[in-house]
Amino acid sequence: MIGRAWWIPWLWLAPTLALLGVFLVYPSVDTVRRSFLDERSREFVGFDNYQTIIDNPNSLAADTHAALLNNMLWLTVFTAVCVGLGLIMAVMTARVRYEAAAKAAIFVPMAISFVAVAVIWRFMYEVDPDVGTVNAIFSELGKDPVAWLNNTQSPQRPFVDLPPADSPAPFQVNNFALIAVGVWNWTGFTLVILSAGLKSIPDDVMEAARVDGAGEWQIFRRIILPIMSPTIVVVTTTLVIQTLKTFDLVFVMTNGRFKTDVVATLFYKEAFVFRDFGVGAALAVVLLLFVVPIMVLTIRRFQFQEEIR
Amino acid sequence: MAEVTYEHVTKRFAEDAPLAVDDFDLKVADQEFLVLVGPSGCGKSTTLRLLAGLEEITEGNIYIEDRLVNDVQAKDRDIAMVFQSYALYPHMSVFDNMAFGLTLRKIPKDEIRQRVNEAAEILGIAELLKRKPRALSGGQRQRVALGRAIVRKPSVFLFDEPLSNLDAKLRVQTRAEIIKLHQSLGTTFVYVTHDQTEAMTMATRIVVMDRGRIQQVGSPQELYERPQNMFVAGFIGSPAMNFFDVVVEGDGDDLQLRAVEGFAVPVPPEKRAELATYKRRKVVMGIRPENIHDNDFQPPNIRASLVDAQVDVTEMMGNEVNVYLLVGGHAFLARVDSRTTARPGQNIRAAFDIDRLHLFDPDTEQMIGLPAEVRASAPPAESS
Repeated sequence: MIGRAWWIPWLWLAPTLALLGVFLVYPSVDTVRRSFLDERSREFVGFDNYQTIIDNPNSLAADTHAALLNNMLWLTVFTAVCVGLGLIMAVMTARVRYEAAAKAAIFVPMAISFVAVAVIWRFMYEVDPDVGTVNAIFSELGKDPVAWLNNTQSPQRPFVDLPPADSPAPFQVNNFALIAVGVWNWTGFTLVILSAGLKSIPDDVMEAARVDGAGEWQIFRRIILPIMSPTIVVVTTTLVIQTLKTFDLVFVMTNGRFKTDVVATLFYKEAFVFRDFGVGAALAVVLLLFVVPIMVLTIRRFQFQEEIR
Repeated sequence: MAEVTYEHVTKRFAEDAPLAVDDFDLKVADQEFLVLVGPSGCGKSTTLRLLAGLEEITEGNIYIEDRLVNDVQAKDRDIAMVFQSYALYPHMSVFDNMAFGLTLRKIPKDEIRQRVNEAAEILGIAELLKRKPRALSGGQRQRVALGRAIVRKPSVFLFDEPLSNLDAKLRVQTRAEIIKLHQSLGTTFVYVTHDQTEAMTMATRIVVMDRGRIQQVGSPQELYERPQNMFVAGFIGSPAMNFFDVVVEGDGDDLQLRAVEGFAVPVPPEKRAELATYKRRKVVMGIRPENIHDNDFQPPNIRASLVDAQVDVTEMMGNEVNVYLLVGGHAFLARVDSRTTARPGQNIRAAFDIDRLHLFDPDTEQMIGLPAEVRASAPPAESS
């Protein structure tokens, strides 16, 4: 542009850059730096902290392997169930007259803070059937109450009679119980976003398919799903990032006991309970390394959509 | 190739809602180009969607050929439909859009390719087959929508205002193409539009609808020459027919129509009998703008009655001039020879072609002299 100095755009950007620098860039860089220092951040120790994570020497106090595996379980099961349920509910609520009420009811948990959700569900999962709703239902069905948050057995244990046996980590009853709470909390979000995506498909496109000879399932699979795929990708990446950051739910409900730790709870423990800032920072960096590629993919995707618009 | 029968079809969207389609009873002949026309909200689209299977019938029956289709799903009715918004599948290429219906029917790939290429060739979109709909212009999208219908080789084609989203020039062009398509395919076409010009130019038969009811069924010429009621008279023809409130005066050979505005028009001999029961009563006189001439440029061989009127506005159309005239404060329109010297503010002598008068009963709004049996069963269905 004529008559405009080169620094003027930077002037407008400066406040944002300053805020990002202080609250994002500096902490990130400093975390990376500390991950190469010892527990008090005094001496350079190279990759020792990362070695600790891989070797997992103290598997009872801080089970790094279990935390990583649990996080993978969250990532796959939580994301898949949330997106799948959200999609099914979006399609189903679109067909009923009380759609608004149904969606509101499913969305309400989103409005509750994670800590409150965790407290509510601790009561829900209480072993005593007089307190815990889930076990109340279980005992009504003639089954023994289950210690949902302590039980590290395989997930089908509460439902079928098998000899007690521990299943390979992370397939434990308590992990699935925790994930179920997350699903309860987040399905409203996927439902609302996916439902909006569904609404954006013009009725006559579906009617055209119907006249063309498509049944309801074919319309879903060949028209609705492909048109909604950008929305599904956005929801999925949001959930994946959410699962990688999972902290409060686990922290309040089990505090990572009974092998329910995830990476975020573990690095909190390492840094602020065991006071080993080195390992804590290294875990945070590991988490960052998982999140960054997903972020990059998401941003690329947005740019791609801008281009084809 | 099929005939379609509507048997007293009624559609009500909700318990307390008025009827969207009210006792629609009509037989569409094989290979016919039937156009449903009417103002928005008249039920024409609903009538079409009932046939498509996109809406449920409240009462009555619909047959395609001899098959009762009331409870047959849209996908099993063997019809193709072109939508106003084109309704292309945005995520599929043009080829896949056109092939979709065939793939669902498990038709061999080679045949699909052949049929799609054939249709694309006819419509001139062969070079677009790999593109996505969003990379096409409105006219091209319309062609793809047509192509998607053609490749299916359905027994009935349905069109729901397919030209509304095109610009004027493209609309005229596509109109001609659809007519050509109808001639070459020899399939039954049912076409919905709010544009009477489209209806007049394309249809072999027109159904005029208003408030859910059939107002008149007939060939374009019949509707133009003998509209059965004031609604059809005002709806068919462009610009619309002028109406005057007149009183039937005089007797025998002197029978005349005296307008509220003062002027009088003699009644042509053939119409005198029809007006026998209307003496000294009010009737509505309709006359089309093209039947009012500038007296100085009257076409030969017409029986004209002269009316002095003041020129309000003139619109030069090229071959003709639209002259907005005022008589006694009543505005009406004449479409006169382009050599006219009429200028705003001047008075001219307007020549009403009295053989082209349309007379209506002001209470029933029906044409005067309509045979009683037609009047009783307002829509004259061919099936009965």
